[in-house]
Amino acid sequence: MAEILVYVDHVDGAVRKPTLELLTLARRIGEPVAVALGNGAADTAAVLAEHGAVKVLTADAPEFTEYLVVPKVDALQAAYESVSPAAVLVPSSAEGKEIAARLAVRIGSGIITDAVDLEAGDEGPVATQSAFAASFTTKSRVSKGTPVITVKPNSAPVEAAPAAGAVEALAVSFGALATGTKVTARTPRESTGRPELTEAAIVVSGGRGVNGAENFGIIEALADSLGAAVGASRAAVDAGWYPHSNQVGQTGKSVSPQLYIASGISGAIQHRAGMQTSKTIVAINKDAEAPIFDLVDYGVVGDLFDVVPQLTEEVKSRKG
Amino acid sequence: MSLRIVVCVKYVPDATGDRKFADDLTVDRDDVDGLLSELDEYAVEQALQIAEEADDAEVTVLTVGPEDAKDALRKALSMGADKAVHVEDDDLHGTDVMGTSLVLAKAIEKTGYDVVIAGMASTDGTMGVLPAILAERLGVPQVTLLSEVKIEGGPNGIVTGRRDGDTASEQLEASLPAVVSVTDQSGEARYPSFKGIMAAKKKPVESLELDDLDIDADEVGLAGAWTAVDSAAERPARTAGTIVKDEGEGGKQLAEFLASQKFI
Repeated sequence: MAEILVYVDHVDGAVRKPTLELLTLARRIGEPVAVALGNGAADTAAVLAEHGAVKVLTADAPEFTEYLVVPKVDALQAAYESVSPAAVLVPSSAEGKEIAARLAVRIGSGIITDAVDLEAGDEGPVATQSAFAASFTTKSRVSKGTPVITVKPNSAPVEAAPAAGAVEALAVSFGALATGTKVTARTPRESTGRPELTEAAIVVSGGRGVNGAENFGIIEALADSLGAAVGASRAAVDAGWYPHSNQVGQTGKSVSPQLYIASGISGAIQHRAGMQTSKTIVAINKDAEAPIFDLVDYGVVGDLFDVVPQLTEEVKSRKG
Repeated sequence: MSLRIVVCVKYVPDATGDRKFADDLTVDRDDVDGLLSELDEYAVEQALQIAEEADDAEVTVLTVGPEDAKDALRKALSMGADKAVHVEDDDLHGTDVMGTSLVLAKAIEKTGYDVVIAGMASTDGTMGVLPAILAERLGVPQVTLLSEVKIEGGPNGIVTGRRDGDTASEQLEASLPAVVSVTDQSGEARYPSFKGIMAAKKKPVESLELDDLDIDADEVGLAGAWTAVDSAAERPARTAGTIVKDEGEGGKQLAEFLASQKFI
């Protein structure tokens, strides 16, 4: 069976969920060979094996942390050359997309980004993508070279599928470009204890209707009752009520959770572009004419200051 | 020596319009008005600020696209860019990101550059990979997804910036020449002034064809694309959801819905 290279996104050996989802998709088209780089790379092997990796190629070097992106491209290319896979899958993070894209240029392949599904086809893997603020669904494939495909979080279930997961050291020699962009300082993002926005299964967002930074507490309380991430519309972010890093929309982050709850968000096209692929959409808004209600599975026309706290209490009591 | 800044911009269908695919599954450009991609305005803005800080600098805006794409160049010129380069060729229809990046890289090399600045993604394709690909093709450092950017020391100087990622915020540094991309957090883009709009009409727009860049027609276009779109289906309108009016029990009713969907 053809081998599929899977790039592992991990933090000090802790594998992030989108990579486990990739392994589910990789198994549909071949045998996953995982590539884990940097500090803690070898520690990823057990969980990767549990989710179907037949082999785990690992490499660690100071270059991976001291320089931007390119050392990882050099390593992924080395893995590509040693394995000759039928496809390369990479999580659709900002960095993942850059790594995938540079690899594609080097190996003379086409690239598909932000796939939301993947299946085997007669002419190679077929990727489903969502276009124009999710108003279209396309099916595409790479027609030149070895398919390089990045996949959005929440695109597949995480499934256990124990495999050998034999760890092998990957030999990497860094090219002249590897040290081009120095990382001179790194400040880890302060953990809020909440899931990361782009990979959360549930997202609770607040918009203009929240009417002030001090009121975002009720959005956060609902999020915490559901174990959700907190998002914000551009209006809320531009007003300085919530950090830019939490902005959902065309110019912010694109999210695709199982459940999206929009509170006090009217649903302008720019916001819809970032959340319309959410599986279930719920909105709370005073304005019955708000365009967000065109998208919802369930909507409440009402004051979010009444509805959201009541919902939070109800969720808490049901969860006991 | 003048600092040569090339800004890559894209002419895209207006996101507030009814965007769709044409019969050949390329983007339909006929039925929706086009404009300068909003995310590219941030790139133009940072280029202008860098030029204002530098002793001597020249900002060239570059686009690959059909005749109408001149509108995007005019907007950037009216914001304050000095000149424009437009790569326009019938054979470019349907070119994907690999082909577009090839054309841009050749045009950038022909124009001459110390720094290339791009937006974080286009607002139509939204891939966000072009800046990294350009850096790979040009063989220069990529200093991408910056929310703050600074260039010091002229054409042989350095570029520094801040990249805010999912798990960390990083300070980056590279020597010029380099490819930079900026996010929507880098600073609001200026509006063209009346004077700027009038001045833009007199600024030079150079037109290039594939022949001028030594690119064969079969390296680009729909036939030369590295990817193929097999189908594009309009997503069926969502079946109308349940909408209730809050009369005191709205939160509880919503909880009931969430429970029925097994979210709680």
